[in-house]
This record gives sequence, structure tokens and C-alpha cells, in this order.
Amino acid sequence: MRRVGRSWGRYPVTTEQVVTLLDRHAPLPQPDHGFALPIGNARSYGDSCLNDGGTLYAIRGLDRFIAFDPTTGILTCEAGVLFSDILDLVVPQGWFLPVTPGTRFITVGGAIANDVHGKNHHRAGTFGHHVLAFELLRTDGSRIRCSPDEQSDWFSATIGGLGLTGVITWATIALRRIASPWMSAESHRFANLDTFFELSQASNQDYEYTVSWIDCAAQGNALGRGLFSRANHAPNPSDAPASPPRQRIGVPVTPPLSLINPYSLRIFNWLYYHRQRKSVRHDTVHYQPFFYPLDGISDWNRIYGPKGFVQYQCVVPPTAAETTMRELVRTIGNEGGGSFLAVLKQFGAKPSCGLLSFPREGTTLALDFPLGDQRTLPLLDRLDAIVADVGGAVYPAKDARMSGPSFRKYYPSWEAFSRFIDPGLSSSFWRRVTE
Amino acid sequence: MQRVLIIGATSAIAEAVARIYAKRGARLFLWGRSSSKLQAMADDLGVRGAVAVGHASLDVNEIQEHASMLDRAWNELGGIDVLLIAHGTLPDQHQCEIAVDIALREFATNATSTIALLTLAAQRMEQAGKGSIAVISSVAGDRGRANNYLYGSAKAAVTTFLSGLRQRLSHHGVNVLTIKPGFVDTPMTRDFKKGALWAKPSAVASGIVNALDKRLSSVYLPWFWQGIMIIIRSIPESIFKRLRL
Ligand SMILES: Cc1cc2nc3c(=O)[nH]c(=O)nc-3n(C[C@H](O)[C@H](O)[C@H](O)COP(=O)(O)OP(=O)(O)OC[C@H]3O[C@@H](n4cnc5c(N)ncnc54)[C@H](O)[C@@H]3O)c2cc1C
Ligand SMILES: NC(=O)c1ccc[n+]([C@@H]2O[C@H](COP(=O)([O-])OP(=O)(O)OC[C@H]3O[C@@H](n4cnc5c(N)ncnc54)[C@H](OP(=O)(O)O)[C@@H]3O)[C@@H](O)[C@H]2O)c1
Repeated sequence: MRRVGRSWGRYPVTTEQVVTLLDRHAPLPQPDHGFALPIGNARSYGDSCLNDGGTLYAIRGLDRFIAFDPTTGILTCEAGVLFSDILDLVVPQGWFLPVTPGTRFITVGGAIANDVHGKNHHRAGTFGHHVLAFELLRTDGSRIRCSPDEQSDWFSATIGGLGLTGVITWATIALRRIASPWMSAESHRFANLDTFFELSQASNQDYEYTVSWIDCAAQGNALGRGLFSRANHAPNPSDAPASPPRQRIGVPVTPPLSLINPYSLRIFNWLYYHRQRKSVRHDTVHYQPFFYPLDGISDWNRIYGPKGFVQYQCVVPPTAAETTMRELVRTIGNEGGGSFLAVLKQFGAKPSCGLLSFPREGTTLALDFPLGDQRTLPLLDRLDAIVADVGGAVYPAKDARMSGPSFRKYYPSWEAFSRFIDPGLSSSFWRRVTE
Repeated sequence: MQRVLIIGATSAIAEAVARIYAKRGARLFLWGRSSSKLQAMADDLGVRGAVAVGHASLDVNEIQEHASMLDRAWNELGGIDVLLIAHGTLPDQHQCEIAVDIALREFATNATSTIALLTLAAQRMEQAGKGSIAVISSVAGDRGRANNYLYGSAKAAVTTFLSGLRQRLSHHGVNVLTIKPGFVDTPMTRDFKKGALWAKPSAVASGIVNALDKRLSSVYLPWFWQGIMIIIRSIPESIFKRLRL
């Protein structure tokens, strides 16, 4: 079936032929339209899950569990199984995902191909660190079983490999034990970036999950003010309600204009910062609103209007982190751009296992920019220059615009990686940054 | 614990139904065509909570094998509480107009095989004096349309057969459910352009299990198809014949 494709950022808009895979034992159908690319749940923001003019192998049809051992927490499933399905199955049995991004509507294959990270990066590393094995199906029909000690070069090329090394058909992952679905969380208001770094340093040891939201509109002494959240899995509280809070509202249509503009942003950010009256707040919260605040609003990406939006996520190394973050936030604030959610977090030192993995030691900043705003793209180029200068990197899963030279600077192993690319696969992203 | 036999088990709708029963801790027997697909499905249902999952493959058009296959399922499950018949094909109507053998083969897959299966299964269920039989028919069986009347007439045969069977078995404690889905996004309808009327297999599956639990006689899924079909059925034939729908 032909489809007009969009990723989560609703930009760019592409056309491809979609072929749904339903049987992991079957060979890959030959694409009759150019190159193919596996696609998971299209929760990447830019064009790394798109393949304009080509074919998409829709992996969501491979959504079967294969084996789960509730005594060891080792789960094997097909690559199109969603994190939300895994949670529904394992949380009642006392297990949790070892690493999860800010949405649970992603597939296991997508999580591997972007080597995703979560709020526990400083402790758990990336998702790839918890992958015990998977099968790679190539367009020539060959199947490669990969693990840290079998075909380990294919293992590390495929983790973070942007779907280009072949189709992951199934994977085995190691889950993490939990005592309850509840989190014991704290939120600290901080006045500026210096305090963020202090809080982060002080929390990384004792808190499994840390993340901050910052107000990009605040400048001067308040530059980088925000809320710092840190949490651990909680024991079962005696007074816990039986089920998670039901909150699913939606954005039913795309408004003709972006609802995000400098005025609404400034107001939102001010309200968000001042929402919390005390400087520290303790809560016991269910894991769903804690990890997935945006999953409660379906199609929230529509608020940016018909032109869509880009997300920008970069990481800068620890030595340069404080000065570079200040420079980035100042540059963004000066433009009046920035977003509802500017997220700041310190990554840990554990090296990622993928050749092209994004996470590396340092501090990461992520925010949304509406594409309706003409200043956005030039601003992002300026941010790129700052990040490249200090040896940082930008996240392909959230990118629709970085230049080829920037990509190759951020990911010097791209040439070594190229040898593992399946000759039948390609993506809009890959063509953009390498051709 | 419910014992569930599904024929055409690897159908997208049937698989979604099986997952609901698995989560409830049912015992299942899956009858399909492809043993690798059946094995993958059985493993999945086991992880999701099914107490036991057996499976076997057979083309439903091998009617002489039906009896031994049903025996096997009945024995493996130790009796059956729910029988779901879900297999089907969506024939190319144009091919059915130019080739009699294709038309009859498609009618056999969608109607004759189902009537054969129901005849044997009804004997067993009648004897047991309890349980439910559910068959996926279609809104297409409510009225013949130019672009799929071979399929529609096969589904109409099934619907009418079920209506009679329901009357007969209602005196024996066995419920018979006719399921009439509208447009469902499954491999069968892969090449169709999808719009607002299209439903997901998981949504149709919960409607099916709900109707089974309530021992309903007939159900349109999603519900709004009932209204659409009342209108479509009420159009006089003299006008209907000129419509393009
Ligand atoms: C609200 C929100 C919050 C997010 N938060 C985070 C976060 O905190 N951390 C983070 O790391 N990311 C985050 N992301 C990004 C998201 O986690 C990643 O983009 C993820 O990879 C999306 O998975 P998907 O299943 O939707 O895959 P898609 O977006 O469909 O595809 C992603 C990549 O995986 C490849 N792929 C998919 N399936 C397979 C397969 N079976 N075999 C081989 N390759 C395959 C595709 O080719 C593509 O390159 C967030 C996204 C959203 C929308
Ligand atoms: N999709 C719709 O819009 C829609 C609407 C109304 C009614 N229905 C009905 O819903 C039921 C399920 O269909 P679906 O939509 O879930 O499509 P599907 O996934 O394509 O399922 C059809 C199933 O029928 C099986 N089958 C076909 N011929 C067979 C044969 N000769 N012997 C054994 N099995 C055979 C197929 O087996 P394999 O897996 O081995 O191919 C497949 O599992 C069908 O009765 C269909 O008519 C569907």
C-alpha cells in the first residue's frame, strides 16, 4: 500500500510503499520500489524512520512474545512488540524495562536501532546494554544471530544502526526487578544552571532516575532555571490505589496554525516553573505519569500545526558541559524560541555498545522547535556549530535537518559502520547525511 | 477455565481474540494452515497467560479430514466451551465472474467449509448441552453488491445457516453468535485505502469476546454498522441496482 509518511515531528512528508511483515520465519518480500527500510512505531521525530520514494517494512505486524521467564526476568519477543505491551505483561509480575524513553509507544526493534536512553542513563547505560541477543534478517535472505559474543561486530553495528544493517526479527532482553508499579519521586526547583549541575552531581549516586526541565525563556541570573526531578522505584505503598490514573485526552485535529509561539511559550514556562510552590516536593507516583507524561495526550504532536516541528537533542562532553550549556541556552533564549519541554540530563560514563550510538558521557539537552517559525533552521545550525566545536553530538532519532558534514563529525565511525549496511536498505536520513 | 477452539486461528481478528482468552488463562486449540505461524502464535499466547495451547494445520477445504481434526481438538481440550470459526478469503470479484472454478472454490472456502464444520461441531455441542459457537460472517452478507457479491453470497449463506442453527441449539443450551464486522484493517484488506470507518482487529476482538460473554445472537462490529446496514437493506432493489457502492 502506498502511503504518505510522517514521523513524530510531522516533518518531512514522504511517500513510500508499505509492506507489513507478519511472519518472522518468512523471507523479506522483495521491494518493488527502490530501497527498503524497517519502520517500528514511527516515534522518531525526523526522517531516520522514513524512506522517500522507497519501501517501508512495517515491523508492527511482528508483535508476538516468544518466551518470558518470570524468575529471571529474561524476555524474548518479536521486534514489533511495543514497550507498552511489555509493561502490561511484566509489571504485574514484578519486572520493569531496563531502560525506557519518554514514550512507551515504541517497538523493541526501534529501541535497538536508535539505542535509546532514559532517565537512568547514569546508572543503566543505554537500551543496548540490556540486549542479550537478537536475529538480523538481511535482504539476501541470510539470518545472523547476534549477541555480545556471537557476531559481535554485527551486534554493535546494529545497536544504534538506524535500521540499515538488516531487519531485527526478534530480541532477548534482560528486565529489571521492581517491588511495585510506584515511584518515589522528588522535584526540586533550581534557580540557574550552576544549581542544576550541583543537584545532578549530588543525586546520581542515590537516585536511579534523574532529569530536569528548564525554562529557556529565563535569561540573566535566572538562566537555566528549572525543576530537577529524581526518583527510585518504590516499595508497594499500603495506601496505593489499585490502578494507574486514567488520563487519555487527545488532539483530534491539526490546528491551522501552530499553537506554540513566543507568547504561549513564555506563559507556559513561567506557569510550569511557578507551579511548584515549595522548593522541594515529594510524591509517590505511578510509573506511567512519571515516565510517560506525554503519552496521556494522544497526537500531542499536532499542536505545532500543519508545518510540524523538529526536536533538537545534543550531548556535550563533561569538560565543556557547563560553559557550553550556558551558551546553548542563551542562544536559544535570545531567539525567543525554545519549547514547552526543554529537557536537561547528565549521561553517565558507560560507553554505549553501538558503533553509531548517540549517548556518550556528558550533558544532554533536548527541546522542540516549531517549523512554522522561520528562525528555527538557522538557529539550529548555530547550535550545531557550538556542539561540534566541543566534540559533542546530535541525536539522529530526533533529527530532520543536520548537515552531512555535522553528522560525520559527530559520528566518526560512520565509515566503519557503512560496511555493515544491507545493500537493499536505505533511509531518507542516511541519504541526506552521506550523499 | 475456558476451553477455546479457533479455526482460522492465524487470522488477524482471531489472533486478537485468542490473546484476550490467553490473558484470562484459557486453554486453546489453534487450527490454521501454516505450522510456523501457529507455533509463533502458540508461544505468544503461552507468555500472555494461556494455560495450554495446542495447534494443528489443515486446509479447511479438506472436508474429509474435518471429523478427525475436530476429534483431536475435543480430546486435547477435554471438551469445548467456545468454538470460533474465523477463516476466510476475500476473492477477486472480477476473477469470479470470468472463471467458474475460481468462483466455486472461493464459495467453498467461505461457505461450504464452514457449513461442513458447523454440521459436525453442532452434533458435539448439542450432545454436551452447553457452550458457544461463534462464526465471523460479514456485513457483506447483508446485501449483494456488484464489487463483491461472490464473497457476500457466501457470507449470506453462513448467516442464514447460523440463524437456523441458533434456533435448533437454543433448546440445548448452546449459544450461536453471528459476527458481522464492517471494515477491519487486516491482511485480508491490505490493499484497501483506509478511512474513518476502519476498525482495528483488537477492537473487533473485544467486541467478539464481549458478545460471547453475554451470549448474544448477532453482533455488528463496530456497533455503528448496524445502522448503516439498516439503511442499506432498506433501499428498494429498483434503486439499489443503479447505485455504485
Ligand atoms: C514523546 C517522545 C519521547 C521520547 N523520548 C526519548 C528518550 O527519552 N530517549 C530516547 O532515546 N528516545 C526518545 N524518543 C525517541 C524514540 O524513543 C526513538 O525514536 C525510538 O527509536 C522510536 O521507536 P519506534 O519503534 O517508533 O521506531 P521508528 O521511529 O519507527 O524507527 C526508528 C529506527 O529504528 C529502525 N527500526 C525499527 N524497527 C526495526 C527493526 N525491526 N529492525 C531494524 N531496524 C528497525 C528504523 O529503521 C529507524 O531507523 C522519544 C520519542 C517521543 C515521541
Ligand atoms: N477484514 C475485514 O474487513 C473483514 C470484514 C468482515 C468480515 N471479515 C471476516 O473475518 C474473518 C477473519 O479475516 P481477517 O480479516 O482476520 O483476515 P486474515 O487475517 O487474512 O485471516 C484470514 C484467515 O483465513 C485463513 N484461511 C484462508 N483460507 C483458508 C483455508 N483454505 N484453510 C484454512 N485457513 C484458511 C488464513 O490462513 P493463513 O493465515 O494461513 O493465510 C487466515 O488466517 C474472515 O472470515 C473474514 O471474511 C473480515
